Amino acid sequence: MTEQATAHGLRESATFDQSTMAEIRRAAATGVYDIRGGGSKRRLPHFDDLLFLGASMSRYPLEGYRERCGTDVLLGTRFAEQGVKPMHLDIPVTIAGMSFGALSGRAKDALGRGASAVGTSTTTGDGGMTDEERGQSKHLVYQYLPSRYGMNPDHLRMADAIEVVLGQGAKPGGGGMLLGQKITSRVAKMRTLPEGIDQRSASRHPDWTGPDDLTIKIQELREITDWQVPIYVKVGASRTYYDTKLAVHAGADVIVVDGMQGSTAATQEVFIEHVGIPTLAAIPQAAQALRELGMEREVQLIISGGIRHGADVAKAMALGADAVSIGSAALIALGDNDPRYAKDYEALGSAAGYFDDYQDGTDPSGVTTQDPELQMRLDPEAGGRRLANFLRVMTMEAQTIARACGKSHIQHLEPEDLVALTVESSAMARVPLAGTSWIPGSATGY
Amino acid sequence: MNTLTDTTTFDLQSSTLREVNRALHVPGVAGAFSIRNPRGAHALAAGVNAELEISIEGHVGYYAAGMNQQAAITIAGNAGVGVAENMMSGSVRVTGNASQSAGATAHGGLLVVEGDAAARCGISMKGVDIVVGGDVGHMSAFMAQAGRLVVRGDAGEALGDSIYETRIYVRGSVASLGADCTVKEMRPEHHEELAALLAAAGYLEDDTHAYTRYGSARQLYHFTVDNADSY
Repeated sequence: MTEQATAHGLRESATFDQSTMAEIRRAAATGVYDIRGGGSKRRLPHFDDLLFLGASMSRYPLEGYRERCGTDVLLGTRFAEQGVKPMHLDIPVTIAGMSFGALSGRAKDALGRGASAVGTSTTTGDGGMTDEERGQSKHLVYQYLPSRYGMNPDHLRMADAIEVVLGQGAKPGGGGMLLGQKITSRVAKMRTLPEGIDQRSASRHPDWTGPDDLTIKIQELREITDWQVPIYVKVGASRTYYDTKLAVHAGADVIVVDGMQGSTAATQEVFIEHVGIPTLAAIPQAAQALRELGMEREVQLIISGGIRHGADVAKAMALGADAVSIGSAALIALGDNDPRYAKDYEALGSAAGYFDDYQDGTDPSGVTTQDPELQMRLDPEAGGRRLANFLRVMTMEAQTIARACGKSHIQHLEPEDLVALTVESSAMARVPLAGTSWIPGSATGY
Repeated sequence: MNTLTDTTTFDLQSSTLREVNRALHVPGVAGAFSIRNPRGAHALAAGVNAELEISIEGHVGYYAAGMNQQAAITIAGNAGVGVAENMMSGSVRVTGNASQSAGATAHGGLLVVEGDAAARCGISMKGVDIVVGGDVGHMSAFMAQAGRLVVRGDAGEALGDSIYETRIYVRGSVASLGADCTVKEMRPEHHEELAALLAAAGYLEDDTHAYTRYGSARQLYHFTVDNADSY
């Protein structure tokens, strides 16, 4: 609030706050909705609304720095007897799918270096597999997306797992739009489209129309890869209970659920903020679906959407996840929105820590751009080291919490280790309100 | 498995789909294969990456010859959804009809459907050539990016909706054109291109002057609010 407004005792409207009025003025002036990257900015029930019950009398803690707490995870065990090779990761934090095009080649390179250094996986994105990421990623998940940009069977066979993407937490039901300014000749060639034009990514797969077709599509992918690699199915969190059940029936080895705090390279602001459900609300739904099918731990669950530190990792796993994925946090670790580029961000009308116009291709950090000069600001080796450090910290933090709860493996965390701070988070996460045994809605079952 | 002179024969009454596809994927595999009694099997001959001649005697289910590379595959019957989807090279020929999404997202090679193809033929095609002896259904070549689609019969509604750089040739009637799809002039190079496509598909008798060319008006290549009614 300005000093003048304060002096006059003016009060801002909660409904029409300054950013809302600015958006109305912008829409009135341009006639176009706001497109941006990133994830939801509104306050949502999230992991911060949960607390762990560390051990005291009724539970027995493990010694920090002394007693072992395992962190490894096997993904894709469901059809191991038929030849599918599960992915064995050292830590349960993976790198989420992000496209080359949205990200620079050097960012892809850095992600691969960082993830491989700590024994976890990276994931391709819309636009296909780059040499940088296959070269640097020890474990690489190849996304099979609705647009099928750059879809290549050779790359399917080079992957360690395949992720069939049906939706994204930032925009369940929506496609994407990579604006022309980011379409360099390399990006255009990979996507078989002219250079410099806006590239629409489809919202639905072109050759199947429902869950029964997905069953056959998964069968085709297995046949093409001779049943060698696990098949993930990724959904944007919305009707998560039903989507999880259908994905399991369709034959998925791993279900990936992306909550609405998950980021995107670019979509409509109104989509990001008003479609989908929070990550916290989605996990119990997915876990319940797996439990009811008798597939808990047999079909693994990966959760993404707003994971920031080891406590989030531990909470997601306590609620039923086998692993988590990070996107935004990984980019920040690489240097996205770094204050050292404060002046450049301000020149774009933004500020370090606020920049979300990834679609413009002007990212000063060089992480989300195809501009050859800006890209050079990101050193893949240094970026990879920062990411590896961050992943190690997240893992150690999660271990610390797990030990405090008496667990010798992070996967042993369970809903009983958690309580909620608010009625809303208690109802969504299905853990008791702190200091009570009450879970809203529990009397009627789920 | 029964080995003939130089053709390997599989019978899906006695062999499993896995056995057939595994044999087709063996590194260095060569020669001709005959597959009998497919009985609507899905993903038959999917993921082949060798210069094989594969003859399938009967109707196939979804994704037959999916993602084909190099092989020449003939399906003597009808094909289900997504025949030759994402084909990279080689050829696939269907002597009967094809269900929806034939040649979806295919990057290269030649797909010939002697009968009709249903809705969304060539959807998101990325460089493949598709020749359909009969009609195609609605939304064919939706978001088609590159390659050529030839229709010897009629096309359904919304042909070429949101098309990018694919060129479409239709001999018969078109129920309606989709957003940003327009009639284009048949210049000499297009007659030449069409004649070559028809010849490659075995339709040597067709007069290219009977065809109309369709393609993108390129009005929707950049989003502008003035075009909002077109989306």
